Order: sequence, then C-alpha cells, then structure tokens
Amino acid sequence: MSTFLQQLVNGVTWGSVYALIALGYTMVYGILRLINFAHGDIYMLGAFIGLYASRWFNAAKDPSPVKALLVLLTSMLLSALIGMIIERLAYKPVRKSPRLSALITAIGVSLLLENGGALVFGEDQKFFPQLIPQKTIALMAGVSISNQQLIVLVVSIVLMFGLRMFVLHTRTGKAMQAVSHSHMAASLMGISVDRIITFTFMIGSSLAAAAGVLVALQSPKIEPYMGIMPGLKAFVAAVLGGIGNIPGAVVGGLVMGIAEVMVTGYLSPTYRDAIAFVLLIVILLVRPAGIFGKAVTEKV
Amino acid sequence: MKRFLAPAITLVALLALNQSLPRFLNPYYFQVLILVGINITLAVSLNLVNGFTGQFSIGHAGFMAAGAYGSAMFTMTFGQKIAAAMIAAHLPPVVAQGAMLLASLLLGGGLAAIFGYLVGLPSLRLRGDYLAIVTLGFGEIIRVIILNVDAVGGARGLPGIPQWANFFWVFLVAAIVIGLAVNLANSTHGRALFAIRDDEIAAEALGVDTTAYKVTAFVLGSFFAGVAGGLFAHYLSYLNPSTFTFLKSIEVIAMVVLGGMGSITGSVLAAIVLTLLPEALRAVKDYRMVLYALMLIILMITRPQGLMGTRELSWALFGGRRRGGSK
Amino acid sequence: MSAPLLHLEKVTMQFGGLKAVCDFELAIRPGELVGLIGPNGAGKTTVFNVITGVYTPTRGRVMLDGAQVSGLKANRIACRGVTRTFQNIRLFPRLTCLDNVAVAAHQHRKAGLASALFGTNAFQRDEALLRAQSLEMLQVLGLGDYADAMATELAYGQQRRLEIARALAGRPKLLLLDEPAAGLNPQESEELMRLITEIRRRFSLTILLIEHDMKVVMGICERIAVLDYGLMIAEGSPSEIRSNPKVIEAYLGEDTAHA
Ligand SMILES: Nc1ncnc2c1ncn2[C@@H]1O[C@H](COP(=O)(O)OP(=O)(O)OP(=O)(O)O)[C@@H](O)[C@H]1O
Ligand SMILES: [Mg+2]
Repeated sequence: MSTFLQQLVNGVTWGSVYALIALGYTMVYGILRLINFAHGDIYMLGAFIGLYASRWFNAAKDPSPVKALLVLLTSMLLSALIGMIIERLAYKPVRKSPRLSALITAIGVSLLLENGGALVFGEDQKFFPQLIPQKTIALMAGVSISNQQLIVLVVSIVLMFGLRMFVLHTRTGKAMQAVSHSHMAASLMGISVDRIITFTFMIGSSLAAAAGVLVALQSPKIEPYMGIMPGLKAFVAAVLGGIGNIPGAVVGGLVMGIAEVMVTGYLSPTYRDAIAFVLLIVILLVRPAGIFGKAVTEKV
Repeated sequence: MKRFLAPAITLVALLALNQSLPRFLNPYYFQVLILVGINITLAVSLNLVNGFTGQFSIGHAGFMAAGAYGSAMFTMTFGQKIAAAMIAAHLPPVVAQGAMLLASLLLGGGLAAIFGYLVGLPSLRLRGDYLAIVTLGFGEIIRVIILNVDAVGGARGLPGIPQWANFFWVFLVAAIVIGLAVNLANSTHGRALFAIRDDEIAAEALGVDTTAYKVTAFVLGSFFAGVAGGLFAHYLSYLNPSTFTFLKSIEVIAMVVLGGMGSITGSVLAAIVLTLLPEALRAVKDYRMVLYALMLIILMITRPQGLMGTRELSWALFGGRRRGGSK
Repeated sequence: MSAPLLHLEKVTMQFGGLKAVCDFELAIRPGELVGLIGPNGAGKTTVFNVITGVYTPTRGRVMLDGAQVSGLKANRIACRGVTRTFQNIRLFPRLTCLDNVAVAAHQHRKAGLASALFGTNAFQRDEALLRAQSLEMLQVLGLGDYADAMATELAYGQQRRLEIARALAGRPKLLLLDEPAAGLNPQESEELMRLITEIRRRFSLTILLIEHDMKVVMGICERIAVLDYGLMIAEGSPSEIRSNPKVIEAYLGEDTAHA
C-alpha cells in the first residue's frame, strides 16, 4: 500500500509537469486549431534559458530560493518572448492556409529549435545546477516527498490556478475565450484577434518554460532533444482531457503522469513510452472527444 | 492491347537501368537513388490517405516498420531456406530470390495492411486531429514493441537480412503504386474519395459509403507503406528501430503536403526533392538539419498549397491539368 | 389513396435542451409535391436532416416505402432513393461540375475497386457510362457547357442548379430541396419553378420542398405543411394555408407581404 501511495505521489508530481505543458497545447489549439508541435521544444528552451540564467545569477555556487525564483521567472519571460517571435514569423503567415500546411510549419519550427539548439548549446548533455539542495520529507510510514517535488507541485498549482483566474476574470482572458469561440465574432466585438493569439502563445510558452525549469531542478541532465517525448505526451494528455479544454489538460496531464509512473513501477520501465499512447487509444475509443470534450454534431 | 504498352515499356526500361546504372553511378549516389524510389512509394501511398481522402494520418512510419520487420523476419526464417532449396533444384538465383522477395514483400505489406485495418476501423470515426494523434500513437507503440522484443533484435537492430532488393524491385514497386494511384484517381472510386475529402456530409448524402472508403484508403496506404518497408529492409540488409520514429512519418507527410494534397506527380516530385535536399545539405554538415527545417517553413509559408496544388503535371500541356477533369 | 412513400411518425429531434422538431407527423404519397414552410429556426432543415440520416431522431420513426430508415447511415438512406440539396450550398469545391454530379452516380456503378485499380475494360465501359449519364444530368439543368469548370467557378444560381443535378444523378424516388430559390432574383425563381415542375414530370419524382419564397411555394406545391418552433401548426392546400390565422400569426413580423 505504501509503495502504491509513493507511486501516486511521484505520479502526481510528474503529471503536473505534463499538465503545465499540455496547457499550452490546449490553449493554442483552442484558439487556432493548430497542433503546435514546437511546444515541447519551448519546454527544452525553458530549461536551457534557466541554465544560462542560473550561471548569470551565479546561482550554482551560491544557491538560494530567491535566485531559484529569479531563474524561473527569467526563463518564463524570455520563453514568452520566443513564443511571440515564433508566432509572428512562422505561424501568422500560414494562419489561413490548409491545416496540414500549418502543421508542417509547426513541425519545421520544432526541427529548427531542436537542431538550432544542438548547434548553439551543443548536442551533449548539460548539467543543470542544484538551485535547491534536495531534502526528503516523510509524509507517513514509507511514503515521502522530496522538497523539489513539493516545489514542482506548488509552482504548478499556483500557475494553473493563476491561469484559471486570468482566463475567467480578466478582460484579456475573456477576450481569449471569445476568440476561441469564433475569430469573426470576436473581431466584431472589437477584440484584436491578432493580439490575443500572440498573447496566448506567450502564456503557453512561459508555462512550458516553467515546466522545463521545474523538471531540470529534479533531474538535472538537459539536452536539445529533451522536449520531443514530453512534448508528444503532453499533447496526448491535452487530447485525453479534450483538446481546447483547460481543466481537461490538467486532468489529462495527471492521468498521464500517474499511469506512466505506475507502469514503470509495476510492469516494466521499457513499456513506459508506449503506455501514453495505449491509454490515449483506449480513452478515445470510449470517449471520442476526450474526457471533458463535448461531442459536437455539425450543423448542416 | 494499348493498356499493356506502358507497363511493358516500364518493365523493359527498369531491367535495362537495373543492369546499367550500378556501372556508372557511384555507390553513394546509387543508394540515394534507391531511397528516392522507396520514398516515392511512401509518399504516394500516404497521399491516398491524406491527399485523396483528406484523412489525417501521421503514423506512416509505424506501418513501414511493421512491413520492414515482418518481411525481414519471413525471409530470415523461411525465405532464405526456400530460396536455397529452389537454387539447389537448379532454378537461377535471380528467380529464386526474386520469388522469395516478392513473397516477403506481400507478407510485410499484408501485415501492415492488417494493422491499418485494426487502427483504421475503430479510429476513423474520430475527427481530424484525434485520428492524427491515434495514428501517431500507433506508430510509437509499434516502435516501443520492436525495441522490446529480442527476437527482432530489440534496440540493437536486426542485421543479416539478405540484400535481395535492387533498383529493379524498388522502382517496380514505385511504378505500380503510381499506376494504381493514377487509375484510382480517374475512377469513380477516386471521385468518391475526393468527395469525402471535400465534404464528407454531402458525400454521404449522395450515397458514398464514407466509412468503407476511408478504411479502404487507409488499408491500401498501409499496405504500400509495408511494402516500402520490406524493400528498405532487403536493400540495407539491416534494420534499426530508430529509423522508424515519428520523424520518419513527418518526412513522408512533408512530401505529401509539399507536393500538393492529392497530386500524384506532386508527391513524386516532392519525394525526390525532399530526399535529395538533406543529402545535398550534407556539405554544410552541422547546419544541415537547421537549413532543412528553415526550408520546410519557408516553403510552407510561400506555397501553402504545395508545389502542385491538387493539379497534376501533364506531358500534354506541361501546364496543370485539373484532377479528374474530363479529357 | 395510395400508401405513403415517406411517412414521418411522431418524429422528435432534440439538441441538448432544445426541441428543434417535436412530434412531427407527415405522410407524402408517391408523386406528390409538398412544401414545408415556417419562420427562421422553425426546424425545417432539421426535418430534412432526420429524413436523410444526418441525425437519428430522438423519438419517432421515419418510414420509406413502409420500411424504417431512421437509424440507418445517411449513405444507406441515399441508396434507398432519397437525395437532397443543402440550404448552404455544399458542392465539392475541388471537383469539376461533371465530377460533382458523377459522385452521385457512383452508387449505380457496376465495376468494383479492383477493376478500377487495374483499369480493366469492364471498368472503362462503366466509367464512360457514368460520365455520359452525369453529363446528361448537367444538360437537363442547363449546365452542359460547364462540365469541365470547377464547381466554385459557377455563379450562385448555377451552383444551386448544380446541386439539383447532383441530387438527381442519384436517381432518387424522393427529392428533398432545401430553399432552392434562396438568393435568386425573381426571374431566376420563375425559371426554377418551371425546372422543378419539369424534372418532377420527367423523372416521376416525389418532392419535398423547403422554401421561404411564398410565390414559389404557393405556385407549385399541392400541399403545404407549416412548422413553427418545431411544432406543425397547419397542413393543407395553398389556399387553406394562405388564410389560416395561425400561420399568419407565426409569420407576423416576418415577411407577410407574399403570403
Ligand atoms: N446540430 C445542431 N445542434 C444544435 N442545435 C441545432 C442543430 N441543428 C439545428 N439546431 C437548432 O435547431 C433549430 C432549428 O434549426 P433548423 O436549421 O432546422 O431551422 P430552419 O427551419 O431550417 O431555419 P432556417 O429557415 O433559418 O433555415 C435552430 O434553433 C437551430 O439552432
Ligand atoms: Mg433551414
């Protein structure tokens, strides 16, 4: 029982990282109907920016929680900027193109970030400094959580909650909802659709970057291709929850994280990468629009 | 009899080239040429699904892998022995090996087609992106399974496959796929597929069995992806699971989209361009993939309909002929 | 009185909390030309969608020739002899006019997929026949000259006619026309009325017609059913409908001038 609870703790922590990445996928999809394949690579960039930022703040030799926070914020901010540039340069020109062309563009951007990253950062693994030394906190007999896991959880929850408040209660957030409903209607209401789209990319990118830094805190080896698998799986998580649906992305991410950790723990770690997709297929067969997605009947 | 003229000429030309090409092409160029042929088969077969029918499959590498490993395993367990027995019975090696290669390709394609059916039937009721992600998932599952099964070499790969495929076989298959796709495009069945692509609800209201056609296109596409995989296995004589990642599927989709959805000549052209491009970029070494990515983005921004749109390159006009327009 | 070709038995269609059509009863005998009218959002198109299998009714049944068709897939219903046009034109934009029509003739092909892939002689003959039939249908609708034009290149009124040609190529027993005169000028509507009467005679069709243009409805329909908020509020001959107070009330605020 205690191993199960321990796995659950690990699963929830891991799942909250997926959830953070999945949120960006889901928001961009909700607004543009675009699968932003480069999103996983923003997660990678986030980790690398974090690495450089911590060197800049000299956080490796002299770690402190304040510096860790600064590293996180710098990474989120710069990634938001990168997200904005990508949207303006690559995605805006294909917004009216056939959907597959837009998808190929996204894949092109993804390849560009990965291979450009390999050029700039080098292909080999880099070590992310220990910004916060690890401590283990016992929760009950046989179940513990590390302070780093706790930070991952708390930061994720704060970010997700903040996003929810933002979307539901601010003007810009409401405009985002309107744009995801209909570009036409939103622009008739006087909303600048272009601005909202750019903004959505920025928020999504900064969440992915946060996920990148949080993961690097725990497992400090980072490399330019590290975003591919988590990116794919976070996307699957977004689909599981019902793509375009923000709470769905969180639930999907958690389901995914818990399932993966359980499979690794109880079955075999080698099948870990397949479980995401098996889960996906099973859930979609039962609920074709995802857990929270509504099946829409097209009006004829 | 006119119907048999083109195939006959193709056959003779392929045989002649098969004999002569290796003599004056250096081995590297020759291998690139073979890859072009395999990629043409992959691109045209995926075009049947994505371009003709408007489905959104991004797991072609999975079907290719199924065909590659299926056919290789057949050859290594039975094919080689049967071929040896045939040679012992005084059949010429070319015939014996050719027959066994053909058998292995059909089996590999068949296996991929079965997977295509299993994936396609339940998931084709999913719309657009959901279908895409299921095909992606399927491709990953196949890869993880291969990685974990020792009998097919696992992560180490599968060496020792006899090198039976050659220029002739690779381009014969490519020619067959192109021929079938052209016939399909100009038939009532092809029109049914295009109708599904353009407006599924209207197609159904006119009596087109959309589910059956979508599954058929999917199975047909998977079959040829499997055959292409088989050729790949029997040409390189070594398989590695890392060949069949999501990136391979992407490469094939890029060919279909760049060529123009539904355009057969477009797919062929794009398969050639996108196979040669990375090779040509080898000269710039480290910058190769970055440039490839940049070109992909720029091409999509400047030509979102692909090189050909839905049109075909035609010899008669050397302008565009509209798909399905009457003569 | 002959048995009805189409019989809607207490059909209800509900979308979430909205009852778009409620306990709708309608019987159409072979050869009849029936009009279905009602204000915007009354549920007329939904009735078509239920008949053609786009939606399965929440309650009630649709009977065609005495056999239940509700619950069948749309393509099966089309093959049983019901085809339609769409209120918002749904042509196949990347196909030529001829190919648009030929798609509907598809269900009458004889050669299978294999013979098409290998281009056998039987297939070639079959294909030639389909093309000839489709071209003939284009000519009936006065679009013979546009066989090779892309569907989207046609003028609006021509696109509406192309949809009719396409529906006819399915050789239906029952033809459903959803606002065929929408967007046409008076002269074009006049022509359309003649055309509908002609194809009806020529192909011995039964027709159910949705139309807002009262001149068209009153001019060619033998019987009219009126829907309002999903409920049938009246049924009868054009003159009965014209003087029915309920109908006039339903249309108040709408364009009553024509009625
Ligand atoms: N797929 C659907 N999902 C939800 N509501 C629907 C759907 N289809 C139709 N409706 C609703 O059902 C009601 C009836 O719509 P319908 O299209 O049948 O009206 P109509 O009589 O054809 O109107 P019009 O004259 O404007 O064409 C409308 O309120 C419409 O919004
Ligand atoms: Mg309507």
